[in-house]
Amino acid sequence: MTSDITLPFYQALTEDVHALSVQANGAVKDGLQDIRRQALERFTALGLPTLKTEAWRYTNIQRYLKEFPYELLTTAAPVAAAIVDRTAIPELDSYRIVMVNGHFQAGQSVLPTGKGITIGALSAHGDAPGFVKYFNKQQHLHQEALAVLNTALFADGLYIELAANTVIDKPVHIVNVYTSAQHAFIQPRHLWVLGRSAAATVIETTLHPDTAAVAFANSVLETVIEENAELWHYNVQQGDNGFREVRTAAAQQQANSRYHHFNFTLPGTPFTRNNLNVALTGSYTETNLNGLYIANDHQHVDNHTFMDHVAPNCNSNELYKGVLLDAANGVFTGRILVHQEAQKTNAFQQNNNLLLGEKADINSQPQLEIYADDVKCSHGFTAGQFSEESMFYLRSRGIGEDAAKALMVNAFSHDITDSVTIPALQHYLQEQIAEIMN
Amino acid sequence: MLTIKNLHAEVEGKKILKGINLEINKGEMHAIMGPNGSGKSSLASVLAGRENYTVTEGEVWFNGKNLLDMSPEDRAREGVFLAFQYPVEIPGVSNINFLKTALNEIRIYKGLPPLEAREFLKLTKEKQQLVDFNANLMNRSLNEGFSGGEKKRNEIFQLAMLDPQLAILDETDSGLDIDALRIVSNGVNKLRDAEKSFIVITHYQRLLEYIVPDFVHVLYNGRIIKTGTKELALELEERGYDWLKEELHLKESV
Repeated sequence: MTSDITLPFYQALTEDVHALSVQANGAVKDGLQDIRRQALERFTALGLPTLKTEAWRYTNIQRYLKEFPYELLTTAAPVAAAIVDRTAIPELDSYRIVMVNGHFQAGQSVLPTGKGITIGALSAHGDAPGFVKYFNKQQHLHQEALAVLNTALFADGLYIELAANTVIDKPVHIVNVYTSAQHAFIQPRHLWVLGRSAAATVIETTLHPDTAAVAFANSVLETVIEENAELWHYNVQQGDNGFREVRTAAAQQQANSRYHHFNFTLPGTPFTRNNLNVALTGSYTETNLNGLYIANDHQHVDNHTFMDHVAPNCNSNELYKGVLLDAANGVFTGRILVHQEAQKTNAFQQNNNLLLGEKADINSQPQLEIYADDVKCSHGFTAGQFSEESMFYLRSRGIGEDAAKALMVNAFSHDITDSVTIPALQHYLQEQIAEIMN
Repeated sequence: MLTIKNLHAEVEGKKILKGINLEINKGEMHAIMGPNGSGKSSLASVLAGRENYTVTEGEVWFNGKNLLDMSPEDRAREGVFLAFQYPVEIPGVSNINFLKTALNEIRIYKGLPPLEAREFLKLTKEKQQLVDFNANLMNRSLNEGFSGGEKKRNEIFQLAMLDPQLAILDETDSGLDIDALRIVSNGVNKLRDAEKSFIVITHYQRLLEYIVPDFVHVLYNGRIIKTGTKELALELEERGYDWLKEELHLKESV
């Protein structure tokens, strides 16, 4: 694509990938060289998305890539414990994993111990059974240029494997720290595999300690939830003005598995794009995708979700809610694909928005493709302001306009925050929301 | 306490109030009756500051302050309370959090510190008992899934909690069965004192058997056309409103 080639960043990347593939020969497992080379070819064929790319119609990714002269960064820098502690969630009893620029920090992490738990750097687990079986196998990833770019150029990430019947007794809090001396393009790559009947709860938070340099993260997370396993996954995005993020999470669910994904995007990061793909390859699965985005200023938040119902008798439920303040821009895409074999599918989707800023904006598109005839599917979209009657009711009790708005935003978000099963996290999120509105 | 002088108001260009005059003193109970569409609820809305009403003429003074200049929240903070005819359901806002916020905003306005959690709970319990409000409803979302009677009882409970000087009850009795009506009326009667005044707007004389007014006003076509005592309500119940219209030689053209 000609438009891509004019982008200096793109050329730099192409040079980087060749340099890295030479360099990395010893450092990374041999098998990956082919994968990286294929990914580079694939990326070259796909090109960076433009506004003409269907999945990127409302998000001009090139604009964000051109914003700063990013350099590909593949290393970590030491981060003080006091800085990591900033992301602590009060009263949360959890394990902790610290990642800096996608590199696992063993010394700062507090890991669960016990039989069947493998946690560490992705680069150190190239011959782990889960890696061999699942790494880069999800077809959805190969369709998305930025994920392909990650495959070509990633340095490292987090590897989690739970053997069959392994249950982690407390939530695992992953602190993703991004930091660099220069404007950096950082590409973490994670793979999590939950074996048969395994269970875990993971909370991710992001931290970009105040530095003058801007970090752009293009992360990919592959998750495999094997038969009858269950994963609760909370992702809390609260960066700052010096952070940009494209996050691609691709999950595969096998029979009878449960996956609960929560995505919270709060003010801070000017640009966030979340690709969330779930492939249901086994029957009788349950999937809950919950999202809450509260954006202010000129923030752009794009949630791009894809429920791929491959197998029959699966249930998926998706609820994304947005509060758009100031001149914030929201994008939601909810694609549901029900294959011909996926009979008895229940797939529900809802996207509700409060447009509170005069220049705030939402583009929402459901995309339902249904090839089976015995299914229940629905989708819905709303965008509105506060009900005047509710506002008047609150104000008539002495509650000022700002406090009334804060109450209403809390109320609007409550069906998402109420579904959070960890009280400390729930409380933390409610406090954050209240703070934003005040 | 409250002085309404020649109050005119319209909504979407339609004239609704056409010159209301009313004087309410401390401790008085005023009933306002009138046929549908006479402007009863509009008067309540204008006093509480509902934004789609435009006052075109007249004045309203509350304890020497110009009520019409104030935002709805400041009117509430000054001591005006409107019990809604149709209380709003707000899913996700718990009753208790709502009340705590309201009470503390009013206290801050008056220069008082917010209530400590323990004091707040104590007050809540006390007022629940006073107006016979089901404690189980406290942690539920504001009015969500409440029966009609529960919603009206919640209005009276809020009235008890916020302790205003002037309470306007907008058809609080409509839609209530006799038991609920009795509970609501008992609550109101317990809250009556020498400092507090009430405007009770009702369509039915039935309510006035439980809440005995000092004055009864008949509102018709945006004006108060007759003022009397509780006996007037009884007469209205028996004879309807037509005799009044004739007596006053009113030609209703609206």
